[in-house]
Amino acid sequence: MPSLALPARRKVLMQGNEAIVEGAIAAGMRFYAGYPITPSTEIAELASEKLPRDGGRFVQMEDEIASMAAVVGASLAGRKAMTATSGPGFSLKQENLGYALTAEVPCVVVNVQRQGPSTGLPTSPSQGDVMQARYGSHGDYAAIALCPASVGEAYRLAVRAFNLAERFRMPVILLADEIIGHLRESVELPDPSELTVVDRARPTLPPGEHKAYRPGPDGVPVVPDFGTGYRFHVTGLIHGEDGSPTSNPKVVEQAVRRLTTKVTDHIDEIYEAEERDLADADVAVFAYGGTARAARRAVREARAKGLKVGLYRPITLWPFHDERVRAALQGRRAVVVPELNLGQMAREVERVAGAGTKVVRVNKVSGEPLTPGEILAAIEEVF
Amino acid sequence: MAAAEKVPVKRYLRLAKLPHIWCPGCGHGIALQALIRAIHSTGLSQDNTVIVSGIGCSSRASGYLDFDTLHTTHGRALAFATGIKVANPDLNVVVITGDGDAAAIGGNHLIHAARRNIGITCVCFNNTIYGMTSGQYSPLTPTDAYATTAPYGNIDTPFDLCELTKAAGASYVARATTYHARLLEKLIAKGLQNDGFSFIEAVVQCPTYFGRKNKLGDAFRMMKLMQERSVPVSKAAAMTAEELAGKIVIGELWHRPRPEYTKAYDAVIAKAGGGR
Repeated sequence: MPSLALPARRKVLMQGNEAIVEGAIAAGMRFYAGYPITPSTEIAELASEKLPRDGGRFVQMEDEIASMAAVVGASLAGRKAMTATSGPGFSLKQENLGYALTAEVPCVVVNVQRQGPSTGLPTSPSQGDVMQARYGSHGDYAAIALCPASVGEAYRLAVRAFNLAERFRMPVILLADEIIGHLRESVELPDPSELTVVDRARPTLPPGEHKAYRPGPDGVPVVPDFGTGYRFHVTGLIHGEDGSPTSNPKVVEQAVRRLTTKVTDHIDEIYEAEERDLADADVAVFAYGGTARAARRAVREARAKGLKVGLYRPITLWPFHDERVRAALQGRRAVVVPELNLGQMAREVERVAGAGTKVVRVNKVSGEPLTPGEILAAIEEVF
Repeated sequence: MAAAEKVPVKRYLRLAKLPHIWCPGCGHGIALQALIRAIHSTGLSQDNTVIVSGIGCSSRASGYLDFDTLHTTHGRALAFATGIKVANPDLNVVVITGDGDAAAIGGNHLIHAARRNIGITCVCFNNTIYGMTSGQYSPLTPTDAYATTAPYGNIDTPFDLCELTKAAGASYVARATTYHARLLEKLIAKGLQNDGFSFIEAVVQCPTYFGRKNKLGDAFRMMKLMQERSVPVSKAAAMTAEELAGKIVIGELWHRPRPEYTKAYDAVIAKAGGGR
């Protein structure tokens, strides 16, 4: 039988979108449902080709909403499931994304961002869905969103997205952008045997004794797969430990709060950031995703000019780690925040940076990426 | 006449979740019992059958049934069910939906589930009204009927969901009313045995929101009306369109087996060189 995995430790030239599929399959993805939308379509195309080679299954659903619904159904049936989309499709998925959060169904949703709002510029990069990734669905919950800045990282974070989804029983968003999705670069992929792959916990108690939604000591419940004899109920209504709807105020309060605390209580396990040249930096650049590539070069060029600048790159965009960011940024004269939006993350940075640290926004919504020169100019201006 | 088999209906219910929330006289209990009896008669395993519902009065049924059950978002039950069936084709997947759920917000999923001929049995509890939100018109509310959002009478033309699903590609389509509870049971049972997409419309009385608004009387009178208006499919074949106006054609309306979706995908897996 042909193997799904790429040959071990071979350098390959591949696209970010392809790397996401390779990473997802390495993490155990065996179900994909989606609806084509630029610039994410290569993800669906490669999934349709690769999945059936190992008994996995691909469905092109009738719309974005159905795709998200099918992913939830497939995951409850025990398969690791993923869908991919871009901004407008991500909006359509939000109701069922909230369902997955409430019903605590592990799955991965990829959003390869394009310039918006609305249909916007389908083939142009953007980072305009940062807040949608955090607050897009209704009600109160915590989101996990990971943000790759290279093709190799797209692979690694696809694996990690599945691991976090399985670990915390929730949808995890892989928030890529068109720069990374369509970037081709040479990557050395790890041997699948070197990867850590996390599978969701399955009940150890027999049916009748197990409560489908009883949270473990870490706040995460152990939900059985459909068809294994547990005969339990799953609903988007607020529910108690047996999965049945309840309006008992005490149970509701606990249930809704837990959707947030199961993430915030484990923020150090979830959070990841790259820090570079920050030790002696007077000025920090806070950048993520495709923009971080230009920021990294701008920092290097600034250093060459003798300017003390460092880079802080959140890899986990949500949850936002107030303490980590504060520790990295406090005392700096200024923080430069380049973004392909009108300041979505800058607001978070302003919230934690503290008085005395100027936050300089560098924003671009023309459909073109930020250049190292534009970021360097902003750095030079604060010195 | 042979005594009807005693069906252990309670075995299939989560008794702790009863009493149900349906209004007095609501037909959903009859439709639910017809489904339970059909599941019993076809011998489906309680452990290997998933019941999926959307949102609305009918969709509360999933909570009462002792199976793996999934109560989803409004209109999307068939899309969730498609994911379950494709992910694990060995599961029996049954969808309970309502007329608003299936025909309005879920209309797209209904035609595509039928088009794929995916192995799901969809039972639509059609009470011709939005019950849970208390009486707005649905895509199946008859023209000229009154609803809280049609205070001057409904100008919309209702869907015929059986014709719709048949045209879209369902391999089994049937209809009965709650007056014809035993026929409904038999039709659902046949749908469960069909390897492909089965659509069964259960015409159900809603005395509280549809009946009262349209002065149709209580549940008994509404069911009597169903009896008077129903025409068996064999008889309907010889009737003109004028004669059929306002009538409910009941029975097995369409049964034409064709390749089931997840089995067709097995061939894709074989072609790709994978094994299940």
